[in-house]
Amino acid sequence: MTINQLSIFVENKAGTVAKITKSIADAGVSIRALSVADTQEFGILRLIVSDVEKAKEALHENDCVVSITKVIGVEIPDVAGGLSSVLELMSENSINVEYLYAFITISGQHAYVVLRVEDNDKAAKILKENGVKLVTQADIDSL
Amino acid sequence: MEKMENYYQKEIETASYEQIRQWQSERLVKTVKHVYENNTYYRKLMDEKGVTPDDIKCVDDLHKLPFLTKDDLREAYPYGLMSKPLSECVRIQSTSGTTGKRVVAFYTQHDIDLWEECCARAITAAGGTKEDVCQVCYGYGLFTGGPGLNGGSHKVGCLTLPMSSGNTERQLQFMTDLEATIICCTPSYAQYLAESIEEKGIKDKVKLKAGIFGAEAWTEEMRKDIEKRLGIKAYDIYGLTEISGPGVAFECSEQNGMHVNEDHFIAEIIDPKTGEVLPEGEKGELVFTCITKEAFPMIRYRTKDICVLSREKCSCGRTHVKMAKPMGRSDDMLIVKGVNVFPSQIEEVLLAKGLTSNYQIIVDREKTSDTIEVRVEMTPELFSDKINELSKIEREVNDALKSMIGISALVRIVEPKSIVRSEGKAVRVIDRRNLYNN
Ligand SMILES: [Zn+2]
Repeated sequence: MTINQLSIFVENKAGTVAKITKSIADAGVSIRALSVADTQEFGILRLIVSDVEKAKEALHENDCVVSITKVIGVEIPDVAGGLSSVLELMSENSINVEYLYAFITISGQHAYVVLRVEDNDKAAKILKENGVKLVTQADIDSL
Repeated sequence: MEKMENYYQKEIETASYEQIRQWQSERLVKTVKHVYENNTYYRKLMDEKGVTPDDIKCVDDLHKLPFLTKDDLREAYPYGLMSKPLSECVRIQSTSGTTGKRVVAFYTQHDIDLWEECCARAITAAGGTKEDVCQVCYGYGLFTGGPGLNGGSHKVGCLTLPMSSGNTERQLQFMTDLEATIICCTPSYAQYLAESIEEKGIKDKVKLKAGIFGAEAWTEEMRKDIEKRLGIKAYDIYGLTEISGPGVAFECSEQNGMHVNEDHFIAEIIDPKTGEVLPEGEKGELVFTCITKEAFPMIRYRTKDICVLSREKCSCGRTHVKMAKPMGRSDDMLIVKGVNVFPSQIEEVLLAKGLTSNYQIIVDREKTSDTIEVRVEMTPELFSDKINELSKIEREVNDALKSMIGISALVRIVEPKSIVRSEGKAVRVIDRRNLYNN
């Protein structure tokens, strides 16, 4: 139902994100999706990766503060209005989307988008009922 | 129900203010005469200031006397400040100075007795009686912690366990087998013992009811933590080798400031910059004068501890003046926008908000206005994947700092281990203003 996202604390200074992506690459883990949210001083790097545990361990060794956050992945048909129909579904059901971002990897005719909501179960249920295909951890692992 | 308060020497500890003043005046006059006649180092300081023992008629004349500092103790090392012949002295204690020469203090048997008496008052105030088993895990030897509390515990009549520091396995074994009821150690070691007790799952075998903790700075948060985890009352104790050792001041059942043993030591608060005596209730550097000691009576010794004295009536019935927990060292004091700021105050706020003690204070000057920035490392416990949660922490710390120190600081949460450490300790203060390089 949900997929695992790595959330990493970063300072807003040159080279920080590069350092993190390098240590993940050095651990032999691929990055599938990425987003950075920041203020003037600090930011949060959010990643979907091929091997969460391995990446987390590598980041720990590099003294990063990292946590795993459960998020929802949805498959968006590659047609006009694909994403907005999903977001409308959320707002109609009073589900607040904290943040969202797209995958780097695109498979076939679909785009994958990550949604961060408070109540994953409720969101997943509504999406499924409305015929939106959810991305599973297995889907990520096979990318 | 009325609270039962135990005193070691009730008539002294609850004496009237006038009585205390009278003791202080008599004893100060006597001590100054004794030191002037027997100590060439301090006599020289008095002569240079143009003060003679005849100028000191009562406690109000104290301010006329010259100060002593740690530098004097180093300069007079080893015997220069001794005021009794060697044949009369029976003990030395020494401070664990990290720089320069060590400081040594000398004691006659009389000096040791009065010091132990002070520690006995502290143990009694913490609820200790001769029925108690008192485990002393301060270091023994040159350090005053072990010998002071050990002697105090004997005087109270507790069964005393002279454990000294370290060897946690053995500490816990004796604590549980002999059912220790009072523990004396540093607050950080108390926390470590609590952790070990939790790990071993032996909490039900621990019979402690009180702890007397000193020799290092600790916060109210630490007190709460220790009290909760060990199931005890945690009392603060203050002292320094130069003055005698632990027991110069101690906490009572009110747990709100430490009573100075004023029949032995006169406490003053001075402005650390000018040396001017400040009125009661004002924050400044704590100065002590020993008025009953023989071998090593320090007169107007500057402790470098910044704190406040209060003569407000205490619920325990003791009348001796109370000193607040020291807020910092006069060496560490920063003046930012004209306000005195101590790193320890900032640390207290950070710890209260769940942050670490890995912080750094950066003071700078933009045009004519000072700026203060507090950097503190992120912890896994505080981290969130949502920006607004993290911004909220910054805002809360900002507000708490403002109410603590009275000026606005810029709080910045930084990556773990990004604050420069020197020998394992974070470098606390960086002052970029270059105020003294003119
Ligand atoms: Zn009291």
